[in-house]
Amino acid sequence: MARPRALRLSLSLLGVVLFFALWEALPRLGLVKSMLLPAPSGIPASFWQEVSSGAWGEAVLQSLRHYVSGLVLGSALGVALGVATGMSRTLEDMTNWIVRLLRPIPGLAWVPFAIIWFGVSPTAANFIIIVGVFWINYFSALSAVQAVDRDLIELANAFGHRSPLARLVKVILPASVQPIMAGLRTGLGQAWMAVVAAELFGVAGLGQRMMQASSLLATDIVVVYMITMAVLYGVVDAGFVALRDRLLAWKA
Amino acid sequence: MISIQDLTLSFDSDRGRTIVLKDFHLDIADGEFIAVVGASGVGKSTLLRVIAGLVKPTSGTVTRDNPETPGRRPYALVFQDARLLPWRRVVKNVEFGLEGLGLDKQTRRRRALDALELVGLSDKADRWPHQLSGGQRQRVAIARALAVDPDLLMMDEPFGALDAITRQGLQDELVELWQRTGKTILFVTHDIDEAVYLADRVILLAGSPAGVRSTDQITAPRPRQRDDTTARHTANAIRGRLSGTVVDGEGI
Repeated sequence: MARPRALRLSLSLLGVVLFFALWEALPRLGLVKSMLLPAPSGIPASFWQEVSSGAWGEAVLQSLRHYVSGLVLGSALGVALGVATGMSRTLEDMTNWIVRLLRPIPGLAWVPFAIIWFGVSPTAANFIIIVGVFWINYFSALSAVQAVDRDLIELANAFGHRSPLARLVKVILPASVQPIMAGLRTGLGQAWMAVVAAELFGVAGLGQRMMQASSLLATDIVVVYMITMAVLYGVVDAGFVALRDRLLAWKA
Repeated sequence: MISIQDLTLSFDSDRGRTIVLKDFHLDIADGEFIAVVGASGVGKSTLLRVIAGLVKPTSGTVTRDNPETPGRRPYALVFQDARLLPWRRVVKNVEFGLEGLGLDKQTRRRRALDALELVGLSDKADRWPHQLSGGQRQRVAIARALAVDPDLLMMDEPFGALDAITRQGLQDELVELWQRTGKTILFVTHDIDEAVYLADRVILLAGSPAGVRSTDQITAPRPRQRDDTTARHTANAIRGRLSGTVVDGEGI
């Protein structure tokens, strides 16, 4: 039973309004100290203060730089190796055990080594992001390629596309675009978490700025950066979905 | 002429050697329409795959009089499922076998459109496969095979998955297409009436390992009647021979 669009929209709005009302009420009514939970009404002013000092813009740029470079490199490596392993039995057998060993290590468990190898630097942040994104994309690409309908491979063979490259381009990649895209999208979120984590350890960016504010008990600034992260992620994800829907137009 | 000589195919597995085909011999004249019938699992489809070069025979040869010609492929297959690539529009599906032949874009497009015209689907060139009916999809698959201008058009139970009315319509279209293009056709089916209605010659594949059990020349004049008496007799004779070979009376 489909609800009318207007009703659904107003319910969503109502939810948002209630959420903010509750948030505003808690410190106002003295139920929570406003230092522990800053009221939302004060956030725009704090935001403006951060922006006009230039700290916000700089932090955003730094974080985005880590994010984009780590994400692109990690995703590209993950997809490429995943596809290659999916196409080659030899490679699959060779990497089988290594993968089983390395896979369960959470990306953040690499933080100590990242810092030892690269210091508290953008490179360390990149490294952590790359590790975090790599496995997701490696496995999504690997299983996507292995799940390609054998009949389609036979079709490619029957119509003269027999080299690995031809098979890859004509059938395997297009047939696995959808799951690979799903992996890339999960990676977008994972990478964002990795960025913040790396910066919490001191690499310059949103996370570092947030930690500084927190140590000064400037919780309103912490909230400003939390919202910034959410919005930035939302924008990136929405852009990605638009791109994906374009690539998968044939599904419609 | 296409000559298949002493074709033998066997597989080695844990349980020893399985011989699928033994000493299969067939000469196909240019422009001939040959049907191969037999119980399911007897090796009819495998025979097509060996001729198409998808499966390497254990011994035996397939030779053609026609030399390799640029811009063409010697063999083309139509499968029981249309096996269209869902991410390609209809016309791009028909172009599939033309890619990698060194043809320019316009030539590929023109030949694909010509082939679509032959199967009466010119107006569907820009559709996605999922927008077509089952019969239309199978016609696109036939167009894809015709587009490469093969010396031998092989069809593996191409109408087996269609409803009776669509099937009869496509059978008549296929005969008309064959007469118009002069193609040589090797048609696999388990439907003896279909074989007798369509072909010049019906080969019964039977036994284990499978070999040619009988060959019947169908002399009924074209256009044929579905209730032609002589054809009926031939069909019944083939059925009789087949049930003699099938122990559990399975299939036909």
